[in-house]
Amino acid sequence: MIEQIVTSFLAAILIENFVLVRFLGICPFLGVSKKLETAGGMGIAVIFVMAIASAFTWLIQKYILEFFNVEYLQTIVFILVIAALVQFVEMVIKKTSRALYNALGVYLPLITTNCAILAVCIINIQKGFDIINAVLYGTFAGMGFTLALVLFAGIRERMDLFSSIPENLKGFPISLISASLVSLAFLGFQGLIK
Amino acid sequence: MNEIILAAAIIGLMGVIFGIGLSAAAKIFHVQEDERIARVRALLPGANCGACGYPGCDGLAAAIVGGTADATACPVSGAEFGELLGEILGVQTIKTERKTARVLCNGKCTASREKYYYRGINDCAAAAQIFGGHKACKYGCLGQGSCVRVCPFDAIVIIDGVATVLQDKCRSCGLCIEACPKKLIELIPVSRNFSVLCRSKDKGPLTKKNCDFGCIGCTKCVKICPSGAISMEGAPLAKIDPGKCINCGECTKVCPTTAIRQVGTFCN
Repeated sequence: MIEQIVTSFLAAILIENFVLVRFLGICPFLGVSKKLETAGGMGIAVIFVMAIASAFTWLIQKYILEFFNVEYLQTIVFILVIAALVQFVEMVIKKTSRALYNALGVYLPLITTNCAILAVCIINIQKGFDIINAVLYGTFAGMGFTLALVLFAGIRERMDLFSSIPENLKGFPISLISASLVSLAFLGFQGLIK
Repeated sequence: MNEIILAAAIIGLMGVIFGIGLSAAAKIFHVQEDERIARVRALLPGANCGACGYPGCDGLAAAIVGGTADATACPVSGAEFGELLGEILGVQTIKTERKTARVLCNGKCTASREKYYYRGINDCAAAAQIFGGHKACKYGCLGQGSCVRVCPFDAIVIIDGVATVLQDKCRSCGLCIEACPKKLIELIPVSRNFSVLCRSKDKGPLTKKNCDFGCIGCTKCVKICPSGAISMEGAPLAKIDPGKCINCGECTKVCPTTAIRQVGTFCN
């Protein structure tokens, strides 16, 4: 059991990192990686939503879609569920914990329709996880996303401060180039687990 | 057929359940917000243009009520906004005059010469990269409409190859200023009707060769201006200081190239 969790942890964070290896959720990866602080906030929000969405979509898949034999509705139903869920969670957090709500801030509604979230839910089903493993995988995938985001934010902060970037590469071009280099580095983790 | 009905029923039912659930949750988990935020939000233009630097009009409304921004933070809202805001917050606010963007170039197709015929993509920045644009005058408006596309209020049109601001629609958010590669657009108080519609820093004869309506730096307007509002900007180019201008219009009478013009509600 523990071995399986560790394997799943390493796989989700390093070997199959959602951003840098699977290339999912590139939009927030480039959009909110300008500052370490915001990158951290976004990362926590993603971990949170991925974990909850994994559990709920797993239940929906098992008890509604498979019960009625309509698995082909997976994509549209999952999007609906995730959107409604995030809305609901946002309301609950706003009521119960103002501090957490302020910390997650605008990122919570932003990631509602993120492809990385949808991907976690679909991969959970494809890999045939049970509900505990699905939630764990969601959490780990979120951690992997956060790791990539925070790493990249650090790189970009330093780049802004210390590098003299050629005029025509400033802004998005250099971000894309450095993102590809970080992604290349993560390819080195392939083969960590047989 | 049954398949389709089943699929539609399942999704429809889920949608209804989630909808009812969410609206019930909104009631149960309702949080008392500062009601002034909603009232300030209603006053803001709601275009979410981002010119204030906050994430949309909601963000600015929260900041204004929170005390981190003042009535002038929204460049789009005019004087009436400041007064209404003062009523809501119960404080005095500074009066600001509404400004408008103005394109300082009048080099229409018929008046200006071209270096070459541009057939690239419709983007001023792209056009400007090829030998500084297709206009013979390297300071002139390229007329590809980059400013038109960024304007959230549809206040800019291209007339005769030159961008023109419709002043009654302009809310002075300043997005066009950023978009213009030639930096031709400036914010000017609406009541100041006279502007030098030229930004050419070339010497007089060259400007004259490139465009019929260019400022050739003859300094006639500087001499005649009764309030001393016109000065030369270290180049043969006159500039009217809107702070000193008294709207007398003497400068338009002496300008030999009609570079200085009265700009009405609808530009030109």
